[in-house]
Parts: sequence; C-alpha cells; structure tokens
Amino acid sequence: MSEPVGESERGPVTHMAATTKLDYVFTPGVAQSKNLHGLEQGKFIGQRCPKCKKVYTLSRGSCPTDGLPTDEIVELPNTGTVTTYCVVNVPFAGQSIEIPYICAQILLDGANLSFMGLIQEIPTGDIRMGLRVEAVWVAPEELGPTMASVKYFRPNGEPDADFETYKEYL
Amino acid sequence: MSTFPDLTSGHRPVGVVSFAQYDNVRREGDHNEVEMLMPVVAEVFANVGITKDDVGFICSGSTDYLVGGPFSFVTALDAVGVWPPRAESHVEMDGAWALYEAWVLLQEGEIDAALVYCFGRSSPGDLTEIMAVQLDPYYMAPLWPDPTSLAALQAQSMIDAGMATEADFAAVASRARRSALANPKAQVAYDRSPEELLREDYEVAPLRRHALPPLTDGCAAVVLAAGDRAYELCERPAFITGIDHRIETHALGARDLTHSPSTELAGRKAGVDKKKVDVAELHAPFAHQELILVDALGLADDVELCPSGGALAANPMMSAGLIRIGEAAKVIWSGQADRAVAHATSGPCLQQNLVCVLEGV
Repeated sequence: MSEPVGESERGPVTHMAATTKLDYVFTPGVAQSKNLHGLEQGKFIGQRCPKCKKVYTLSRGSCPTDGLPTDEIVELPNTGTVTTYCVVNVPFAGQSIEIPYICAQILLDGANLSFMGLIQEIPTGDIRMGLRVEAVWVAPEELGPTMASVKYFRPNGEPDADFETYKEYL
Repeated sequence: MSTFPDLTSGHRPVGVVSFAQYDNVRREGDHNEVEMLMPVVAEVFANVGITKDDVGFICSGSTDYLVGGPFSFVTALDAVGVWPPRAESHVEMDGAWALYEAWVLLQEGEIDAALVYCFGRSSPGDLTEIMAVQLDPYYMAPLWPDPTSLAALQAQSMIDAGMATEADFAAVASRARRSALANPKAQVAYDRSPEELLREDYEVAPLRRHALPPLTDGCAAVVLAAGDRAYELCERPAFITGIDHRIETHALGARDLTHSPSTELAGRKAGVDKKKVDVAELHAPFAHQELILVDALGLADDVELCPSGGALAANPMMSAGLIRIGEAAKVIWSGQADRAVAHATSGPCLQQNLVCVLEGV
C-alpha cells in the first residue's frame, strides 16, 4: 500500500503564501500633469472651477463640488497657512524622518483646498494653527514632477493668520 | 395616463432614458478616470436635459485592481460633483450590476431618477495578470492563468463535445466586426470573411486572434427614470420589464463550461421567453461565448445579435456590460425594436451573468 496522497510526516497544511505583485503605469491626466510640471519648475499650480471659482491644488481635473472641468490655470505663491497639524511621535516601518516631526495641512494663499506637508525649522512644541509657512524646495537640479520637489515647509516669520481666514478649510 | 409594459421583475416600470459612452480606445494616456468620465456624465445628462440635481441616486461600477490605486471609485465621484451630499453607492463589478442596484432602489418608490456610470481601463496594468487575481486564491490564482487561456479551455470543451467548430467561432467574429462598422464607438471593426479569419494564427488554441476581445480603455453612463418621469425625459423609454442575475461556482473544474446555467436561470427569471425578442446585445468577450449565451437564452434564429458589434468591437472592463444595456436601449428608442435583451457577464468563462429585458410601448 502506498501512502495516502497529500499526507506527509509534516502534518496538514495550515498556511500557504500566494504572493501577488502587479505593476501599473499611472496616468496623471491633463490637470495633474500641469501640477506635476509646475512642481518640476518649483511652482505650485492650481486650477479654478468656472462655477464656484474655488481653486484646487493637486486637482484631478474636476471641481468635486460642481463636477465641472477646472480648466483655468492659476499659479499659486510659495506661502500658506497651517490649518491643522499632528506631531508624529510613533515610529513605524519605513519611516524616513526622525521623530518627533510635524505633519500639517497647508492651505496655500489663494487656494481653496489644503494638502498635507512636512513642517521643519520649528520646535514641535511651537507648532500651532494659523502658523504662516513657506515652501522649501530641493536644489534646482533635483526638481522633478513629484511632491518630493518640496523638501518641507517652514515658518516664514509673518504674524499668525486670523482663524476667520481658514476656518472653512478644517 | 401613460402606458407601461407588463413587468416580469419588480412592480414599478423603470426605463433606460439616456446613455453615453467614451470613445473606446486601446490606450487613453492623456486623461485620468475623472477626466474621462466628466464628458460622458455631462452628455448623459444633456441628452435628457437634466443635471445631477435631478437624480436621487448615483451608483457606479469599477474596480481598483484596474487603476492600481485604492478608492478610485471615490475620486471618480468628482466627475459628478456630489455637493450637496448625495445618496450614492458603488459595486466592484460591471456597471450593469450598478444599474441593477439603482433599479432596486427605484422600485422602492422614493426616487424617480438615477445615474449609473462605470469606468475601466485595460491599459494601466497587465490584464492577463490582473484578471487572475479574481480567481479562487488557493488553487487557481497562484497559477496565474490568463483570461484567454481560460476561455480557450472553454472553447476546446465545446469542440470536444461536438457543439461547435473553429469555423463557428470565426462566423461569430466576422458578423460582429462587420456590424461594428456601423458603430462609431467601435474599436475593432472590419469586413472579413470567416474563411479569411480562420487563416490567422492561434493566440491560445483553439482561439485565434479574431475570437478575442480588444483591450479597451473606456467608460459609460446611463440615466434611469421611473413611471411618468421616464416619459417626461424620453419619448419612448426602454422599460426594464425583466432583470435578474445569477452566479456559478468559482471552482472552474466543477462547472460544465460548455453551458451557462446561470444565464439560463437569469433569462428565465427575467422573462426572456415570454414574447418575441427582436434584438439581443450579448456581452460575450470571446466569440465562442456568444454561442453558449444564445443557447442559454433560447434565442430564435431571427433575433438580431449584437448590432453594435458587442464586446468583440470594444471591451472596456467594468463597462462593456452596461454598454450592452445602453445599446439595447438605443434600438428601443429608435423604434427599430420593440423588445430587446441585454446581457452582461463577469468572472472567468461566463461565471456570473445578468439578463435585462427592455421593452418599448
């Protein structure tokens, strides 16, 4: 008699690894390409909704409120306001920045949508809502079509923004 | 008083009143999903003179596996603009199933119109690998079988059972691609005889190139409206008189691939055989699958099959099923047909099937 098929001295199979890896070519689209080319030149590019006139940064090409193409291109300044923030004290796998560090939502001047950015050159205890900041870009030869072109944001020395100016963006 | 057809499914007449689709292309490299959807959603509303404020529900169909990013269906909503907040839902399936969900909600009677849309691009990733991820994770997916090879097993089973020949597959492809010549949204259309097609090399035996669907980037949208609202928006709405969907086991080895009992059951529940069928838009990505579907639905010889060219003309993932419903609605609107059957499929080798009967008054 042969051994029953599928049995061995190693006992029943309780685990199996089925590794899945899929590669993709990402299409940023017309709008996001303009944003990415802006970053390549050390500039923030926004797009304005023809109806509600809001300006979106890192737009996907439509106004999420009105569903209309945001065709008007707006060059945005290097400065903005911290609307809210978080001090990261917890280490995690793949962490590239020394803890503690500050992660903040930044509303660029003239924009109607904030995005997440790293804040440096300020003690973590001094971070606050309304802090005025400016972008610090990587060296010109390192600029690329990526948010990594922005090294971080730092206080620009202006007085804190009035809460009324950013209360809609929290 | 408006007149409505007799219903097999549901109790409230719901009609397809508008349909739009993107230009089906091999590779949409310029526009992202939101940018692709925006003009299609705008067109489907403009066709019937309404806006997003006129629909009480939005339902979409798509899968993140095609985009390669999480929550792509959430960002896709930006193409509609959901402010003030809307009742909205999503299925990780072809848009035909999103239409089913919207139809169910319309049955409840609280809303009178709904938007259904779907999108799917084959170009960002390798579809032969991506489609393997939908298979059972223990025995099938680790083998990474590609969709064409699985379809070829099905086609070979038909040949082995004496049900069809390679010439029959070529005849389906020849007719579909010739019909597609009249479809401005077709990606692959030509006038070639079955004999000529049979001279092509095998992709995976017994399937030659002509028996395979094209790789397509595309999206589509439909507006549904219930009762009198349907007549306000459309002179001759394509009323859904029957709709049903059924699924078979995920274990390919446990299925008889030469038949589609799920289509047969769905077709019966949807009342396909109750009256004469004029046109059938079948979602058969591979040529031989049309033969299985015709058999399962019991379609007579005089039924016009896939006037659009079907999925052999263009096969945008997660969308080709809803497009079949849209194309079937078109022949009702025009008066070219009084009763049309639309079919959508999902999963390997026709695993899951939806059948929708559309009628004009």
